[in-house]
Amino acid sequence: MKLKFAKAMIVSAVAAATALTGALASAQEQFIPILSYRVGLYASGGSGFFGGAIDYFNLVNANGGINGVKISWEECETEYNATRGVECYERLKKKGGGASLVEPLGTGIAYGILDRLPTDKVPMTTLGYGRSDAANGQVFPYVFPLITSYWNQAAGMIKYLGDKEGGIEKLKGKKIVHLYHDSAYGKEPFPVLEAYEKSIGFQLIKIPVPHPGTEQNSQWLQIRQANPDYVILWGWGVMNAVAIKTAARVGFPREKMLGVWWAGSEEDTIPAGDAAKGYTTMTFNTPGNYPVIDEIRKKVYGAGKGNLSDKDRIGSVYHMRGVTAAMLWIEGIRNAQNKYGKGKVMTGEQIRWGLENINVDEKRQRELGALNMFPTIKTSCQDHEGSGAVKVQVWDGKAWKAVTPNWVTGDRAMVQKMVAESSAKYAAEKKITPACLPG
Amino acid sequence: MIYREAGQYKTTYDTDTQIFPIAQDRYAMLAILLIAFIVIPFVATPYIFSAILIPFLIFSLAALGLNILTGYAGQISLGTAAFMAVGAFASYNFMLRVPGMPILLAFILGGICAAMVGIAFGLPSLRIRGFYLAASTLATQFFVVWCLTKVPWFTNNSASGVITAQQIEILGFKFDSPQEKYLLVLGIVCVLALLAKNMVRSTVGRSWMAVRDMDVAAEVIGFRVMKTKLTAFAVSSFYCGIAGALFAYCYVGTVEPEAYNLDLSFRILFMVIIGGLGSILGSFFGAAFIVLLPIVLSMIVHVTGLPNSVTSNVELMVFGGLIIFFLIVEPHGLARLWQIGKEKLRLWPFPH
Repeated sequence: MKLKFAKAMIVSAVAAATALTGALASAQEQFIPILSYRVGLYASGGSGFFGGAIDYFNLVNANGGINGVKISWEECETEYNATRGVECYERLKKKGGGASLVEPLGTGIAYGILDRLPTDKVPMTTLGYGRSDAANGQVFPYVFPLITSYWNQAAGMIKYLGDKEGGIEKLKGKKIVHLYHDSAYGKEPFPVLEAYEKSIGFQLIKIPVPHPGTEQNSQWLQIRQANPDYVILWGWGVMNAVAIKTAARVGFPREKMLGVWWAGSEEDTIPAGDAAKGYTTMTFNTPGNYPVIDEIRKKVYGAGKGNLSDKDRIGSVYHMRGVTAAMLWIEGIRNAQNKYGKGKVMTGEQIRWGLENINVDEKRQRELGALNMFPTIKTSCQDHEGSGAVKVQVWDGKAWKAVTPNWVTGDRAMVQKMVAESSAKYAAEKKITPACLPG
Repeated sequence: MIYREAGQYKTTYDTDTQIFPIAQDRYAMLAILLIAFIVIPFVATPYIFSAILIPFLIFSLAALGLNILTGYAGQISLGTAAFMAVGAFASYNFMLRVPGMPILLAFILGGICAAMVGIAFGLPSLRIRGFYLAASTLATQFFVVWCLTKVPWFTNNSASGVITAQQIEILGFKFDSPQEKYLLVLGIVCVLALLAKNMVRSTVGRSWMAVRDMDVAAEVIGFRVMKTKLTAFAVSSFYCGIAGALFAYCYVGTVEPEAYNLDLSFRILFMVIIGGLGSILGSFFGAAFIVLLPIVLSMIVHVTGLPNSVTSNVELMVFGGLIIFFLIVEPHGLARLWQIGKEKLRLWPFPH
């Protein structure tokens, strides 16, 4: 019996190997590896985000591809685990004529891949996470924290709270609690918040919540005693819903809570039930419906090619983030084609240039059917983020609604200075001479 | 037929006490080493090096470290990843702060730091055992990761708490390509595995096993329990520390403390349990099972062409099923299965 089993294993392994080599055909397609996670703790976010990206790929293909070049992709399950993610990256980076770009949607995996990118010449986007200082393209030529980073988000938060008080200087003497996930992630905004604390003169109280954050009574007791004007919730996973529920229990108004964008999806508020009503968070998408989402409903889901099994999730926060990410990738590839030859398959290096020269203004957004869905973006070698703008959204009990009609930007000059300092330190450690790569 | 020791006489003490007393084993081992050191560097692709062989070797080393503590000395530990983290962050700081520090010395010093942390957190083992000890080693896990995020000095004041491994350079030779890194890891793992094998065959190892089997009895016949348990903690943590440093320097390159979380500790514990407690070879089997099998499975299920939301789950279910299958077939792990196979082979084709 054992022998039979071993035989079966060998046979299937051989079958797998042959099939893998067979899949290398079809050169006229732009290959994008998808390092997704659909199992484990963060599956709900992963399936929404990567589902959104694949839905957009299908839409592009249904509309004839990028100047005739169709997109092909292959998924690899990372389980949000750095080791698995690196394996997936290594497996897919040479496939289908070479990976165009990669987006792991996980800090651990992104760090595992980071050092390999310049050698492999594959660009990586990190939408809304990862190293904030990677925005400096002279030191990190292959990393694109598109739209906005944690530091710009923190700056945007203070700007919004200031606007609420009627001017940022009015925050002087106020108390702001930074309730954070006790990890590198939760500590990332410290430099920005501390700089504002000094320049404006509010009181910043930092309260850590140990992972996973299912028990927060003592923290909220502390908050009630301090009686702050605002609470910034820099949480992750189950911690968010617990924070909202505990806030309701101790009677802290949810309107005064401002969450980070990883605390601002349906997955965070629905478990908290009615307690979440009025809770606000940051976001880099304006919630709502857009022509492009309708087109996905019609052309992709209508044709039975939709990636989400639950159609109600179309247009949800994570799904829209995935669509946004894919839209920017395709823009990058399109840019590269405009420079290096329309209708051709682009290499990772060429797409790197394309991503470095994204310019999505309102006109382009309208053409894409996504007017105001995300801030306008213009990237350059010095600025791989391209925007730094954020929006605030509120949960009305059923759906997210935008609070700020316009995009909010904090003190970008200050953040840029910090990015320059931090990336210079990295460059010194790694002995990199900062320089823009030629096109 | 082929695997038979008839005619192999042991005429000296040396031949009697060597690691592989059977000639075939010796040749097989030699062949494996030759293939690993000479053939593979020429034939393997970068994917095989950096996605399969390097992590496999690094996790084998970590599992070996834990196996010394849990398999040989009988002390359950859930702090393996923490010791790895100490090794990695200590090596990083030695490299960063001491000019001209040779990288191998930094690895060893990192391992020694991990050993010292291991001794400190091994102290409770003198009073408590079994599950209670497991709970106290859990404290190591949380304390170390917390400490590394809390004290900015450890990460060189990095705002995001990540460290970037420096360039590996030994005697002017730069280890850059996956192939060179593989050879470095392989060399270190071979030396340490040989050391471990000899350690468990010597007085030290025998005292560990005596304490594992019954510490009161071991004390009665003259082993000093405190010294024995603490050396086990020190040696085990040293191995884990080196594995952690290799994980940072030769595998991922940029790490955050969160990479060495409880999850990793559990994975290494599973490697030891599935591979075989109290077996050096078992550590390698276990690492292969936990690291490589999911990759093979994911390739196999991928061929079926099912949507990814299905295959991801199928993969996990099959993997879980296989763990249960192997543990039912042989609760003592894959190493024991291997041993049974060898015994059968010795008698083959005349089992009676």
